[in-house]
Amino acid sequence: MSRRKTERLLSLVVCLLSTGKYLTASQIREAVPGYPESFDAFKRMFERDKDELRELGIPLETGVSATPDAEPGYRIPRQAYGLPEIRLEPDEAAVLGLAARAWRRAELAGAAAGALLKLRAAGIDAEETTQPGIEPRLQTGEAAFGPLWEAVRDRRPVSFGYRGVGRSSSQQRQLQPWGVVNRHGRWYVAGLDTDRGQTRVFRLSRIDGPVTFRGPAGSVTVPDGADVRELVREWDAEPQPRRTAVLQVRQGAGYGLRRGASAVRPDPQRPGWDLVEVSFSDVGWHSEQLASFGADLVVIEPADLRDAVIRRLKGVLT
Amino acid sequence: MTSAAAAAGSPAARSGARQGAPPRVTPATDRLQRLLALVPYVVSRKVVGLADTAAAFGLSERELVDDLNMLWCVELRSPDPYCPIDLSYEGGEIVVSEAESIDRPLRLGVDEASALLVALRMLAEIPDLEDRSALSRTIAKLEAAAGAAAEVSAQVAVQVDDPGAGRVLAQVRDALDRGRRIHMSYYVSGRDEATERDVDPMRLLVVEGRTYLEGWCLRAEAVRLFRLDRVLTLAVLDVPASVPAAARPRDVDQGLFRPSDDDVRVEFELSVAGRWVAEYYPCEQVEELGDGRLRVGLRTPDTRWVRRLALRLGEDGRVISPPELTAQVREDATAALAEYA
Repeated sequence: MSRRKTERLLSLVVCLLSTGKYLTASQIREAVPGYPESFDAFKRMFERDKDELRELGIPLETGVSATPDAEPGYRIPRQAYGLPEIRLEPDEAAVLGLAARAWRRAELAGAAAGALLKLRAAGIDAEETTQPGIEPRLQTGEAAFGPLWEAVRDRRPVSFGYRGVGRSSSQQRQLQPWGVVNRHGRWYVAGLDTDRGQTRVFRLSRIDGPVTFRGPAGSVTVPDGADVRELVREWDAEPQPRRTAVLQVRQGAGYGLRRGASAVRPDPQRPGWDLVEVSFSDVGWHSEQLASFGADLVVIEPADLRDAVIRRLKGVLT
Repeated sequence: MTSAAAAAGSPAARSGARQGAPPRVTPATDRLQRLLALVPYVVSRKVVGLADTAAAFGLSERELVDDLNMLWCVELRSPDPYCPIDLSYEGGEIVVSEAESIDRPLRLGVDEASALLVALRMLAEIPDLEDRSALSRTIAKLEAAAGAAAEVSAQVAVQVDDPGAGRVLAQVRDALDRGRRIHMSYYVSGRDEATERDVDPMRLLVVEGRTYLEGWCLRAEAVRLFRLDRVLTLAVLDVPASVPAAARPRDVDQGLFRPSDDDVRVEFELSVAGRWVAEYYPCEQVEELGDGRLRVGLRTPDTRWVRRLALRLGEDGRVISPPELTAQVREDATAALAEYA
């Protein structure tokens, strides 16, 4: 069954690529072996075949030849079908193989392998070998990646349940997606939130349940100059640190803090301890960080940060 | 061609890419794609061996011969019967003498062009990569060949934003190129410790936007991953690296962190404000408790970072097992509070 279908589809492609003029359905039925006798059955099978070829990206054109009384027909223009000439130097082929390898086991692995197959067919010896020493990997563990990539590619609006930070349940969001961006290893989608009328960024790992398409392909317009990378960068950016904290840190501890400190000096009041100055912006977030150092760190000032750390530590005991 | 190349082009590798999605590529169309690539593959190389070609397409020689026969048998019946493809594979060498209509591969689809371009642009962001010029040339050629199919790829981006790694990356690459041992002072964040180690480098990994050195750690006598932004100081020693033959690079596709049976299993109960733990750490079990609360299970070889995490979480996350760890966290908090008394 599958073999006969492959033979028929192959003949159909060769037939439509070989013709300059549009071939009518009847002409195709005469030329291509494997179609059923009944015209209705042929029509049904031919419709499915056309869909499958288009699904593969084969540019099947419909049109009318410029001859009198011509019927509408089909052809595959060679120009639109064929991959343009591409030649790569060995170092270029090597980075191409490396790039294809990055998607292994991630969402676009099949697409990367398909692309490599076509490029090899064009005469390029791109192998998925590791270049000595470096191994890039992309991961798309989030279930929403596949449908959101399709939505971006096909310019379709979507809706999905989203659980924002600190929310106990998810809310339904409507989005015209402009792009997906990976930052610090996490995937985000950016676009126009149509309920709010504003640009928004969503983290894929917080999408709850399925992503549903809410409109036909082509119904989303990405505004000129929209920079999805920049949108995600802004969303993710930490606020500029504006305040300074003075911390007492046990010597031999707090390496992470010391690296970002503006000043470190031994504490004259307490041997074995240093006074470390760091800048911060958000009391809540910073107090969490500092609490994790336990008895190796004491906040001297400011008072609100000191109180926040004490509250957090007391929270452990409640 | 290598076996890695073969595996990537095989149907198995493709169908593994997306589980649970409706099969858009049927067995028939999958084979059709291969047949349409096979003819230009041979034509562009004039003459190729059966064995090499079979390996390149991930097929047995028998399967390849079946493909070639299918191509050779294509017959169009109208207006006059003719066979548009002529080829031979006598003596183990394939020659295509007639196949004008399908002598070029099909152009790249949007998914295909995007997969390669997004990955190439990601590579171009790695600081100090020597092959930057090869990357920009490849990107330009691929964009030109893909045409309109390349446009959407601009809407997908992977940022390698790892400023901390740039400092030492050149040194690590130098050590790898020359096969030298590295000495470094490395910050272990979970334990808040600086450690001194000698490492024989094996390779660099760029995973989830961060750069790692994988190498044989002489202190641990095991293969270890080091995040480059946590290297405090690094020196390339004048000592040849000698990675034991038995040292195996880890399969990063299975996740960077592999739990072991010796690990301690820790359970946390998290409030809504503590849910981020499930996003940041590989949890082996995540259970919704209602009202946005979660119970998660983690495995770790070293409970010190769990104690630090518990202090950080405060009332937003509680260690519920093992009970000794719950008690230890309470002691830690009590000791810390004593400093404020």
